[in-house]
Amino acid sequence: MNDSGSERRDGWNPYLAGVLAGVLAVCSAVATAQLTDKARFFGTSTTFVHVTTFLMRQMSRMQPGHRISFAQDQRIADWQFMLVVGILCGALLGALSDGSFKSEGVPPIWSTRFGGSWRVRAVGGFVGGIVAMFGARLAGGCPSGHGLSGLMQLSLSGFVALALFFGVGWITARLLYRGGAR
Amino acid sequence: MNELILGLAAGTGLGFLLQRGRVLRFEKQIGALLLRDMTILKFMLSAIIVGMLGLAIAHDVGLISFNHKTMNLGAILTGGALFGIGWAVCGYCPGTAVGALGEGRWHAAFVILGMLVGALLYVEAQPWLERTLLTWHDYGKISLPRAINSPDAPVIAGFTGIALLLFWLFERKGL
Repeated sequence: MNDSGSERRDGWNPYLAGVLAGVLAVCSAVATAQLTDKARFFGTSTTFVHVTTFLMRQMSRMQPGHRISFAQDQRIADWQFMLVVGILCGALLGALSDGSFKSEGVPPIWSTRFGGSWRVRAVGGFVGGIVAMFGARLAGGCPSGHGLSGLMQLSLSGFVALALFFGVGWITARLLYRGGAR
Repeated sequence: MNELILGLAAGTGLGFLLQRGRVLRFEKQIGALLLRDMTILKFMLSAIIVGMLGLAIAHDVGLISFNHKTMNLGAILTGGALFGIGWAVCGYCPGTAVGALGEGRWHAAFVILGMLVGALLYVEAQPWLERTLLTWHDYGKISLPRAINSPDAPVIAGFTGIALLLFWLFERKGL
């Protein structure tokens, strides 16, 4: 919180952080293969489906007239759910321990292009989030599931999906920000 | 129980590394899509190279089995493109949205809410999609080397070579 929005060049070297994340992915896959029923690979988007169906089920229980056709009662807390909770905790831990925790309602690039209103940013984030997650579930994964885990396993689908994520993301970002917001 | 503890431990480590690598920042995500700041590609490609090698070894010595996601043409092409659009608009992927919230960037909470709604919409649309889009060709759960009839080693070596070339380019251009 001691630096107000300007480019902070602290943090770790991204190559080093990436290499460590790769080591972590391998250790995690081996550990889960040995200690649980199967090897598990990084991924986050399935958890969003579990959470949302869990919430809908709770709501439909409160309203007996309303019927939702969600299948079997999966429990909400599984390995991937805990992975997502861990990402939140780990990021909080990292941000607090090096003083980079910052309350931010509108990111700088966004405000240069779309103004400083947090409501506009909230709508953009919300709508973009809907489209992104619909796409991720349709594709069967997100940049962690398809991108990291898919490529690490040399999955054909991972290579194609990651290329599309970045390719279409690049075109969209260029249209949205039209070279502005430097 | 092991399952939950291992998940939490791996997630905490990953969240910490994403945070320290500054991958969770909106500026870095959009910066990569605008080809201005390649921090997230440096992180991802480094992780993938190490993971490819490590998992290949772990697989060959029989410690793990792979779990490929299916290469359904309609699903991957449409879903991949939709994700790209949504990602550029909201500025986060699912994992980094959660991490960004942990860093105090509270606008990511709206992204997470949108993602929960998107997940629900997909669940509702799935039966229809299964009758339409998902009936295009499905290549199944295969690896890239198998698809092009090659051993794994040249693919890993080729990918590593391309990534190192990109790293050299990023550093040269100061991205």
